[in-house]
Amino acid sequence: MKVVADTGVCQGHQLCQGEAPTVFGFDEDADVVVVLDEHPDASLRPAVVTAVKYCPAFALSIEEED
Amino acid sequence: MTTSPTSAATLAGIREVSTVVDDHGEQVPQIIRGTGHLPEMRVDPIALFHRVREECGDVGRFRLADSDVVLVTGAEANEAFFRAPEEVLDQAAAYPFMTPIFGKGVVFDASPEERQQMLKNQALRGDMMRGHAATIEAEIRRMVADWGDEGEIDLLDFFAELTIYTTSSCLIGKPFRDQLDGSFAEIYHRLEHGTDAIAYVDAYADIENFRIRDTAREELVEKVQAIIAARVEKAESLGGEIPKEDRDLLDVLIAVGYDAEMVTGIFISMMFAGHHTSSGTASWAMIEMMRNPSVMDEVVAELDELYADGSEVSFQALRSIPMLEATLKETLRLHPPLIILMRLVQSDFELLGHTLPAGTLIAASPRVSNRIEEDFPRAESFDPSRYIDPRQEDLQNRWTWIPFGAGKHRCVGNAFAMMQMKAIFSVILRDFEFAPAQPLDSYADDFTKMVIQLQQPCRVTYRRRSGR
Repeated sequence: MKVVADTGVCQGHQLCQGEAPTVFGFDEDADVVVVLDEHPDASLRPAVVTAVKYCPAFALSIEEED
Repeated sequence: MTTSPTSAATLAGIREVSTVVDDHGEQVPQIIRGTGHLPEMRVDPIALFHRVREECGDVGRFRLADSDVVLVTGAEANEAFFRAPEEVLDQAAAYPFMTPIFGKGVVFDASPEERQQMLKNQALRGDMMRGHAATIEAEIRRMVADWGDEGEIDLLDFFAELTIYTTSSCLIGKPFRDQLDGSFAEIYHRLEHGTDAIAYVDAYADIENFRIRDTAREELVEKVQAIIAARVEKAESLGGEIPKEDRDLLDVLIAVGYDAEMVTGIFISMMFAGHHTSSGTASWAMIEMMRNPSVMDEVVAELDELYADGSEVSFQALRSIPMLEATLKETLRLHPPLIILMRLVQSDFELLGHTLPAGTLIAASPRVSNRIEEDFPRAESFDPSRYIDPRQEDLQNRWTWIPFGAGKHRCVGNAFAMMQMKAIFSVILRDFEFAPAQPLDSYADDFTKMVIQLQQPCRVTYRRRSGR
């Protein structure tokens, strides 16, 4: 999977960092999310899925890759 | 605002919707005669907005007095609308009916965007949600404490009062909330009801609805004045200062030197977005569950299982409650509290091959987009399974599933709102059963004001569940 963040939409709630701190970081100056790990290990999938689902700005998504 | 000749030429490529209400008709109030679609928007905005899409497609227009309103629907046009920066599409200027409510004399140094950011940073931070959840649980329990074993409530009265307490307590502070009673909610309701679209012609027109609005606002200022006076007196009796643990936002505003007029304006603007929206959503979730008993049964079973171990509502409301969440999302899709979101075009705006001139109003409609059949199969039916993996029709349709709007301006309170709904139903559905006290198809919204509220009567009966 590939983790994608739309920083044009992110509102800086930072909830994703709580769900998957190794995948999502934060750019304090721009007040938006930073994807730290675009291709996280499969074991992190449930946490990333939760982060995507509960992002208050709908700024995150997962792109499936073969 | 007037449209210049060149502007009219630019909008000419966008089809205008048909007219079904004669804007010179006898039933149209004198002040809005000849204002195009304004008379229709005041009585049946839903029919108008749907007709724009049916007749004109993704980009159509209607007319409010001197302003053309370009109404966009569908993913592509909505995305362009929601991604546009504040300098291009301005929110504040598009809602003239709000100015007299926030206060004419009250000058905010902050744009809606900055206010949204302030709210997010000061009251809606992720780390504050646990405290808010506990506050909300306590407020609901306080509301149902005297319910007894059975009775009847009016959904609008009940949820409008409850959400006055929750929003004031969470956004302003508990000491302030503790000075409020049901009368505050009643006055606040009259203020919300003062959002007649006649404001698009004159927000201070001499009509009864606006007089009621202005009286309500004066009453609120008086109440806040009394609360401020009591607070100042208390501080003096304690040697000049309220103890730190008893302070809230009101003390901060008093210290800054704001008067009751200013403080009231600030409080109204802070509470406004979270109040009628949450109240309406809670009511409609209840109505939809009564209309769909199998959904109600599933939600109750889910909650019973979740709380079987004695866990706290303030803990679970912040966590996943899938069936209840799906029910709330489907309620929001069919009954979005805001049916139209408007902006004023500040500089020429490119939209799907058209150039909208500055001065045009542009709008997106959650009510219409949320029901687009291609995105939401059997769009008119209430079906919470839309949100269960792998369908996820909300995430799959980020630009058309828009009860909270979308993009940078997406409602900053949405996580708070969902948590609040989960807390409310966790408490009331575990202790009580609900049944309609009137025909199920008689529950309806009153669309005659820009702030939509449930039409009264909207009564339901409750009965305490056995063993609770």
